[in-house]
Amino acid sequence: MQKNILEYLERTAARLPDKMAFSGGKESMTFGEVLSQARSIGTALAERGIYREPVVIFMDKHPKTVTAFWGVIYSGSFYVCLDEKMPRARIDAILQNLSPRAVISDKKNFETAKSFGLEHTMLYDDVAETETESALLDEIRGKQCDTDAIYVVFTSGSTGVPKGVIACHRSVIDYTESLCDALEFSEDTVFANQTPLYFDAPLKELMPTLKLGATTYFVPKMLFSFPVRLIEFLDNYKINTICWVVSALVQVSALGALASHTPKYLTTVAFGSEVFPKKQYDLWREALPDARFFNLYGPTEATGMSCYWRAEREIAEDEPIPIGRPFDNTEILLLTDENKRAEYGESGEICIRGTCVTMGYYNNPEKTDAAFTVNPLNKAYREIIYRTGDIGRINEYGELVFVCRKDNQIKHMGHRIELGEIESNAAKCDGVARACCVYNDDKKEIVLFFAGEADEKSVASFMATVVPRYMLPARIERLAALPQTDNGKINRMALKDRAKNS
Amino acid sequence: MQQLLDILSGLHPEVDFETTEDLIDDGILDSLDIVSIVSSVYSEFDVTIPPEEIIPENFNSAVALMELITRLDEE
Repeated sequence: MQKNILEYLERTAARLPDKMAFSGGKESMTFGEVLSQARSIGTALAERGIYREPVVIFMDKHPKTVTAFWGVIYSGSFYVCLDEKMPRARIDAILQNLSPRAVISDKKNFETAKSFGLEHTMLYDDVAETETESALLDEIRGKQCDTDAIYVVFTSGSTGVPKGVIACHRSVIDYTESLCDALEFSEDTVFANQTPLYFDAPLKELMPTLKLGATTYFVPKMLFSFPVRLIEFLDNYKINTICWVVSALVQVSALGALASHTPKYLTTVAFGSEVFPKKQYDLWREALPDARFFNLYGPTEATGMSCYWRAEREIAEDEPIPIGRPFDNTEILLLTDENKRAEYGESGEICIRGTCVTMGYYNNPEKTDAAFTVNPLNKAYREIIYRTGDIGRINEYGELVFVCRKDNQIKHMGHRIELGEIESNAAKCDGVARACCVYNDDKKEIVLFFAGEADEKSVASFMATVVPRYMLPARIERLAALPQTDNGKINRMALKDRAKNS
Repeated sequence: MQQLLDILSGLHPEVDFETTEDLIDDGILDSLDIVSIVSSVYSEFDVTIPPEEIIPENFNSAVALMELITRLDEE
């Protein structure tokens, strides 16, 4: 039985030592190099007595950065990836939550890493040359269980205090196996990674790469501003698989790049984390009629993604793209406000059950207990589920559909309204590229923000034709672009503040 | 030109757009800014920037961007 994610790396490096594993375009590393440097880093940490504790990785996105992840795991510790682009206040809040003793950094970020004031500030290029002590690493491995932590990933808590989700080997192995099966990845898969390494999202590329001997290219962030250059990058490296946030895909289609430039090798497009506006989704489908499209859904708290839907039928104009069904070895429970199983077609909170459920929030028992609860349907023993705070329902095809965030459901003039419904209708209007709807609790009004060429008046008259009167926004505001979070999702909190203050 | 500088300053009030020439290479403008600029150029200059022209060279400075707008406007 596989207990440790490093077994993926070890098996693949033995089989394909000289194959390129990770590349930034200019600089690449083979599986053999990744294995050998990771073992060196593991030795360096172990020799300093770092064991079963958080190790911060503070490096630019690079093959060495992910190698440092595996190095930390060799030492029996768990990694926490931070980024120079993060606001210092956020970094400090995270360091305060973790109290780490060690950080590994690259040359460029070394001075900043030193300013953290930790016991050990290590330079990657130094520790990666440490002579490997196999006996030491074997001893560590011998004591490990598959319930040991691998990483802590920080999500933006709505209160401003970041929450660190802590995941173990068993959950990540479970995710890797089901993801590779469902999306049919193989040794020939060539990924282009978009998501930052400090989230769990890049596990979609990193883990299948280790398991199958596939290849992952890290796309320079700057290219996401320049769609034609981005497509040239995909063609240049014969990328066949992308798993990107919706905003990154919309950036390409909304600027009109797909009309003249079609990625030549792309056969799999997975997207997620946000609602894909139907018009933009259609542009992608038309540009790549033979590619397989997957909608992925899942919270960090349940390890990467939990559900998937493969586009094998047409989506009606007014139909949200389903999130489909859970990955193997995962069950979704839809629970009503009374903690009962939702009836067929009825909405309920999406709750997740299975090995994918992570170990909670690091050093934060209160928040952990609030979201990781005992399954209310099981009175007999302690079975933990994760409550996502998302509302879902089963559609006529038996597929799971995301309805809205629980806190995105409002009561307005006596009506229960889902803001997401107003948004998806607004997105159908000509000249509306993205839309986001918020509720101003003070003034009790619905405010709709949109980006696109349409003017506010025409959107207002369009809305009157598609939603009932009580759902009509009191105010509609056109923005040059909708603000985004670090993750690339629409920043609802910022828009909510804007609605309040204008 | 002033109209364009106003658009850019609206995005990043702290940057002196008259003199800065590495807006992309220095990471001052991100993908969201590019979308904003393309959209504002359309609404204020009535010029559509085609995807082929959305390249770093055209966005690295206000001067380069103004040249692009002028060229597209004449075409």
